[in-house]
Amino acid sequence: MASKIGLDEKLVAKARSSAAKVAEDTQRFIERHTTVAVERTVCRLLGIDGVNDVEVPMPNIVVEHLCAKDLLADGAALRLGNAMAELGLSPQEIAEGIDRGEIDLAALPMHAEEEIREALAPVVAETMARIRANVAKRNEYLTRFGDKKGPYIYLIVATGNIFEDITQAKAAAKQGADVIAVIRTTGQSLLDFVPFGATTEGFGGTYATQENFRLMRAALDEVGEEEHRYIRLCNYCSGLCMPEIAAIGALERLDVMLNDALYGILFRDINMQRTIIDQYFSRVINGFAGVIINTGEDNYLTTADAYEEAHTVLASQFLNEQFALQAGLPEEQMGLGHAFEMNPDLPNAFLYELAQAQMAREIFPKAPLKYMPPTKFMTGNIFRGHVQDALFNMVTILTNQKIHLLGMMTEAIHTPFMSDRALAIENAQYIFRTMADLGNDIEFKQGGIIQSRAAEVLQKAADLLGEIERMGLFATLEKGVFADIKRPQDGGKGLEGVTRKSDRYFNPFIEEMRRKEA
Amino acid sequence: MSSGLYDMSAKDFDKTLDLTRIKPYGDTMNDGKVQLSFTLPVPNNDKGMEAARILAKQMGITEPNVAYARALDETFTFYVVYGSCSHSVDYTKIQIQAIEDVTMEMDEVDEYIREHIGRKIVVIGASTGTDAHTVGIDAIMNRKGFAGHYGLERYEMIEALNMGSQVPNEEFLAKAREIHADVLLVSQTVTQKNIHIQNLTELIELAEAEGMRENHVMCCGGARITHELAKELGFDAGFGPGKFANDVATFCVKEMVRRGIK
Repeated sequence: MASKIGLDEKLVAKARSSAAKVAEDTQRFIERHTTVAVERTVCRLLGIDGVNDVEVPMPNIVVEHLCAKDLLADGAALRLGNAMAELGLSPQEIAEGIDRGEIDLAALPMHAEEEIREALAPVVAETMARIRANVAKRNEYLTRFGDKKGPYIYLIVATGNIFEDITQAKAAAKQGADVIAVIRTTGQSLLDFVPFGATTEGFGGTYATQENFRLMRAALDEVGEEEHRYIRLCNYCSGLCMPEIAAIGALERLDVMLNDALYGILFRDINMQRTIIDQYFSRVINGFAGVIINTGEDNYLTTADAYEEAHTVLASQFLNEQFALQAGLPEEQMGLGHAFEMNPDLPNAFLYELAQAQMAREIFPKAPLKYMPPTKFMTGNIFRGHVQDALFNMVTILTNQKIHLLGMMTEAIHTPFMSDRALAIENAQYIFRTMADLGNDIEFKQGGIIQSRAAEVLQKAADLLGEIERMGLFATLEKGVFADIKRPQDGGKGLEGVTRKSDRYFNPFIEEMRRKEA
Repeated sequence: MSSGLYDMSAKDFDKTLDLTRIKPYGDTMNDGKVQLSFTLPVPNNDKGMEAARILAKQMGITEPNVAYARALDETFTFYVVYGSCSHSVDYTKIQIQAIEDVTMEMDEVDEYIREHIGRKIVVIGASTGTDAHTVGIDAIMNRKGFAGHYGLERYEMIEALNMGSQVPNEEFLAKAREIHADVLLVSQTVTQKNIHIQNLTELIELAEAEGMRENHVMCCGGARITHELAKELGFDAGFGPGKFANDVATFCVKEMVRRGIK
């Protein structure tokens, strides 16, 4: 398709190549390190689950033991595999033995690597088969019901109680939602463990737990069967447990995950080394499990100005694309993010929003772009808010955005009422129906406001990426380029969980999952 | 029920404004017109409509008109209802707690500090507790500010430190002590199940226990915060929607002078 917005192809290629170099550079750092979250994820994928009598999750028990014995650098797989070879027990049994103080992984004689891998192989194969079966099941549903053409209507539930969430999610699905996201409770991103079991208490959202994932998945499958549509389930693969959440999502067939390479660093003050290592494994898992990732560029615009900082959104999309490619995640699963957040008082703001969205569409043609609704300038005037959401809906249909988070007119007042959602869906469906093909009929004026704006943003993004390529990613984050937020390389939460791998370290799941694309 | 569009019937109520008995205004003084919308957990049928009408009457709405009913689900229906409110309010008897200071602009605040305090003041802000939202504190503190009102970081006579979100109350107070803050600003966005009340109360209690309450100006802000609520919780002031950096700055510098904090 010819560029409607008149992009300079060479400049796009230059920006992309800068981003690729930044990602390659960072990847070398990633390959040399592991984290407590990565190793807990390996534990989970080896089937270790549950909590001990004081509610500590078993993966944490094992990894804390590895840390205490100074074995983290070897990785959980090597040490658990060794214990399996030596003791003939399952990973879960070994974890329970560690919890009771009966097993000391440091005290066991070391077997040869081949023996260790042999001991692990059946467990690894079982997990891989379970995830493959989930992918097959999703594909089977999509073949049977067909996939939605046009934007996916994405709705959020956030009651704090998974059972109440299910009631709301089912109603939303029946009203037309294609993706249901269960917002996490405030503060979960800073927990260095994943809570266990079904939960009914949360603030501003519901805990992400494997059991909650399972319950919601079952409920949405049930509605999907009734409605003859596949309802996608979304959660949040961010914070201190990025790869663990990816793992439980893969095991319970989630379809979409918020999963940004930089978000935790900027918005949750999580240490950058920790996040960058964690995001890699989380994306390997999401890539393998067929999960669409959503990146968090929209969040920049809630703190920084959407007009002035538009190029940082584009630059970050380029970076997220390259980090995802490094993890083997295909373009078709890259829900690169942006948002309709310009000040409504700005003349021609709609044209600038349109330019930004069309530009993203053309630069990332295969990506199911995620587009977020206005929040920053929602005031409590629900009547204007409904109009703001309508303009946002128009940009989506005109520029073929894919994952469309519905705006609520009661944004900034309360978590949505059932009626707020219904009105939002009605608004979107009305616009998507009556403007279905308007985008195809529109050409942008050569050198007009929209084309010029896109050219300007692209130029600035390419320049910025050139600068990041020279400085390196970590130095860039220290300078506060994104979202006006500065983060020191050794600051933030979770740095103590980062360690350099030993020579004998291996992660069988990264090996297996990356093999798929070879 | 008729829509009222071609209503020619005499309006048999007093159409003069009486501040001791004010009512909502639709298009005629004292007509009492209000619009309501709500959802009932019943199917969309005549019986549901009647339920909506009865409910409106119980709310004091006379002649309720169910303008719109729509099923949200098999067992939930959304209603839009218009009617006249039978209640009135004596406006002359109302007393509220409001901040009395006339808001100054940035330059005036700086000048006021130079003249009355004679040194730069130190302001620390954060969204404390588990709240992950920075939008409120950023609007007040970040250099760029919000809606044309520059943030405190831009004030010449203010040293401003924005600690961001999810800052534990203990850490917030420790930092305030470390940088010799004069003013503590705390923002709360998540208010589900009144978590903000709990957190704000805890902050005040900690400040009192640390002996920091007396000699610091403490304010809170957020979409659901009112000045009255803030006072009740033991803060000096509260700032809700529509308040900007210069509103906050004005109050804080005047309060410092009133309390003799130098």
